[in-house]
Amino acid sequence: MTEREAWILLNAAPGVSVRVKHRLVEAAGGAQEAVALGARTLTEWVGQRCARRLWEFLRRVSPAALLEDASRCGAQVVTLADPEYPQALREIPDPPLALYVRGRLPDPVRVAVVGSRNPSPDGEYVAQRMAAELAAAGVCVVSGLARGIDAAAHRGALEVGGPTVAVLGCGVDVGYPAGHEGLADQVAACGAVVSEYPPGTPPAKYHFPLRNRLISGLSHAVVVVEATLRSGALITADLALEQGREVFAVPGSVLNPRSAGPHRLLREGAGWAESAADVLQALGIAPGPSPQHSVGPLEARVLECLREPRFPDELVGAGLGTAGAVNALLVSLEVRGLVQRLPGGRYVSQVGQQPRACGCPAEENGARSGFSRRDRTQTP
Amino acid sequence: MLAKVRSSSVLGLEAYPVEVEVDVATGLPGFAIVGLPDTAVQEAKERVRAAIKNANFEVPTRRITVNLAPADVRKEGPSFDLPMAVAVLAATGQLPAEACEGTLFLGELSLDGAVRPTNGVLSAALHAAQSGLRRLVVPADNAQEAAIVPGVEVYGVSHLLEAARFLSGELLLTPVTSNGAHEPEPDEEVDFSEVRGQEHAKRALEIAAAGGHNVLLVGPPGCGKTMLARRLPTILPPMTWEEAVEVTRIYSAAGALPARGSLMRRRPFRAPHHTASYAALLGGGNVPRPGEVSLAHHGVLFLDELPEFHRDALEALRQPLEEGRVTLARAAATVTFPARFTLVAAMNPCPCGSRGDRLRECSCTPSQVRRYQAKVSGPLLDRIDLHVEVPRLESRTLLDGQTGEPSSVIRDRVARARRLQEQRYAGKSYRCNAHAPGRVLRKVATPDAAGRELLRAAIERLGLSARAHDRVLRVARTIADLEGSENVTAAHVAEAIQYRSLDRTR
Repeated sequence: MTEREAWILLNAAPGVSVRVKHRLVEAAGGAQEAVALGARTLTEWVGQRCARRLWEFLRRVSPAALLEDASRCGAQVVTLADPEYPQALREIPDPPLALYVRGRLPDPVRVAVVGSRNPSPDGEYVAQRMAAELAAAGVCVVSGLARGIDAAAHRGALEVGGPTVAVLGCGVDVGYPAGHEGLADQVAACGAVVSEYPPGTPPAKYHFPLRNRLISGLSHAVVVVEATLRSGALITADLALEQGREVFAVPGSVLNPRSAGPHRLLREGAGWAESAADVLQALGIAPGPSPQHSVGPLEARVLECLREPRFPDELVGAGLGTAGAVNALLVSLEVRGLVQRLPGGRYVSQVGQQPRACGCPAEENGARSGFSRRDRTQTP
Repeated sequence: MLAKVRSSSVLGLEAYPVEVEVDVATGLPGFAIVGLPDTAVQEAKERVRAAIKNANFEVPTRRITVNLAPADVRKEGPSFDLPMAVAVLAATGQLPAEACEGTLFLGELSLDGAVRPTNGVLSAALHAAQSGLRRLVVPADNAQEAAIVPGVEVYGVSHLLEAARFLSGELLLTPVTSNGAHEPEPDEEVDFSEVRGQEHAKRALEIAAAGGHNVLLVGPPGCGKTMLARRLPTILPPMTWEEAVEVTRIYSAAGALPARGSLMRRRPFRAPHHTASYAALLGGGNVPRPGEVSLAHHGVLFLDELPEFHRDALEALRQPLEEGRVTLARAAATVTFPARFTLVAAMNPCPCGSRGDRLRECSCTPSQVRRYQAKVSGPLLDRIDLHVEVPRLESRTLLDGQTGEPSSVIRDRVARARRLQEQRYAGKSYRCNAHAPGRVLRKVATPDAAGRELLRAAIERLGLSARAHDRVLRVARTIADLEGSENVTAAHVAEAIQYRSLDRTR
């Protein structure tokens, strides 16, 4: 058994935490040595329960079978022993021993966009726009393929053909959440679908906090769009701080319970992210080109009106035409990609999303970056 | 002595002749009814006997046999009471036998001899006119509906004694004339001007009325879906005389016509509750009776809380939506009822109703939402041309909003669009865009070059499904008709796309 195979085998062993596996490899002096340990030594080092699980698994499963499973679903395996293993992950505590990668892990700067699985239409739109702008600037958007904000982030990146990475809490071939199989295929085509669990592993509740450490671990910064105080997105933010990543939060309405998470992060010192420009500026990346459009005078007035999301009826009320004319105008703008329809029927303009000129509470670069866990505990 | 009296019974909507024969013979006194009577007919003997006695006639203490011919069709309902009583009187010489000739009798008797209203009188009158019977004696409460039919003399009686005195010539009755048929259409109780805001939804309903399209309203509870739907009949063009007769006939057969009701001039609006059974919606019964879909014929069927309806009931809506009629096959008979209605369905965006709201958090899980929306099947959605999102109104609009256009103004525009369609489909079995077959539609609704380009872009960019394509053209044709435009332009197509929100994948 090669060292690579040993890592793969050890990684796939269920019921034993990554931390224990790392301790075992360290004590044994290498992955190959670790898998070759006798039952008695194992029991001595990791305790009876872990030892039994490991022992039985190592006897039952061969690395060849795991590799075959991976190649059957079109995934490559990258281990800690491989040079392709993402450098960013090597820096975090308890990095996964191996990763299953469908597609190709993109190299550029990566930013995670995460949030509620049950977002407001505005939040979903903000996530999508944020991701699209990040991707347009060449940043890879990392998220978890979950419903809501995660999916919106992937879609936003795909919209501009940008790279995006989805980190799963199940095998890369498992269709979870149901209905996102198509999205997963698109993500794999433009970037990568990644998991530390072998193909065929069903999702489990305790996988997701672990998955979240990879989302933040793979990224240089984490942007939280909408999250209630109990949301998993806040776990990702906490992990990001532990791993020394930057955390940004998108402010929202105080009436929206899903703004509570981002607001708490902001209060504790997270970076202020009204648009991707804020994040890009902090990371020192130039924003992508914004496309130019030619519109008629009435269309320009409609776009001006749609700087904030509005119902078609409100445009009728503003004297921009009859219901029929406004509807026709909106569809023709939408087809050209100048406005977007939000769930629930409101429309919002897609043009002129320039970075703000005026100052905001966290405009100074220094104050925004390098925000660590220790800072947070000192400033409650 | 033998006497024969003509009557009729209704199967589905069609009346068929029934001859009531009474023989009074010597033998043990008794009263027997033959000719496949059901329980209600069987019990007629008690009512007839009491009614004759209480009308101060004599019940012979002889053997009375009643036969309802043809003897192989099951007879039901109490409408043979009056003809039986008249035949008994004629058979016992208490009425001149020739007095009953050429006359059709219908009516239920009460024990004191009063004549009570019965169902299907309009169908019976139409049958009488067709089969050359010139005279109808019916319950006074049903006389108005029978009088709609030209060419028959209708006499309304309220007591057996009155009928007998009329037949023997002691009492002169004037034939009833219909008072509903020639009056102007009654004013509606509701009007579109009462709806504030919701311009988008109002426009969609105008299009629905103009092209006969079905509509799905999606919006949170309390946003006015029911209010909007209730007003759709007010902008539909008035019914023609034939349509009105057809509708009245259905109501008559179902026993849903109000007492002394005449021709129904107002388009029906039916709003069955979502617990309605399959039989209540589609029609049913041992001998089938019309259900809600038929009662909504030429009018509006409003299904609030669409996903809460029984799945089988919703699926069964497909035939009436497609063919404009519903066929019910039962052991006793197979019957077809007309059911050409405009469907207005309403649903919440999710079980809790807050999905898509900017401030309220939806408390539904994604699987709950999926299950809720999946209750409305694709094939049913496919038969609904317009999907309209109805947002919750802001209090500002509610309090200071302008009152809208009155129904009469919208109705004029709708009528113009309908006239264009009638010219286009002259001589065809369908009369509006919603019912025109696909191949005809592709011929008359092909958009201009810009419109085609827009449609192509929409399918690509908005993820519009292929099946939405035809629906969009259909609605675009109606929008063009509302504008009086010969050609379907890009603007018409664009507006039509707006009403296909549920077909989008993005």
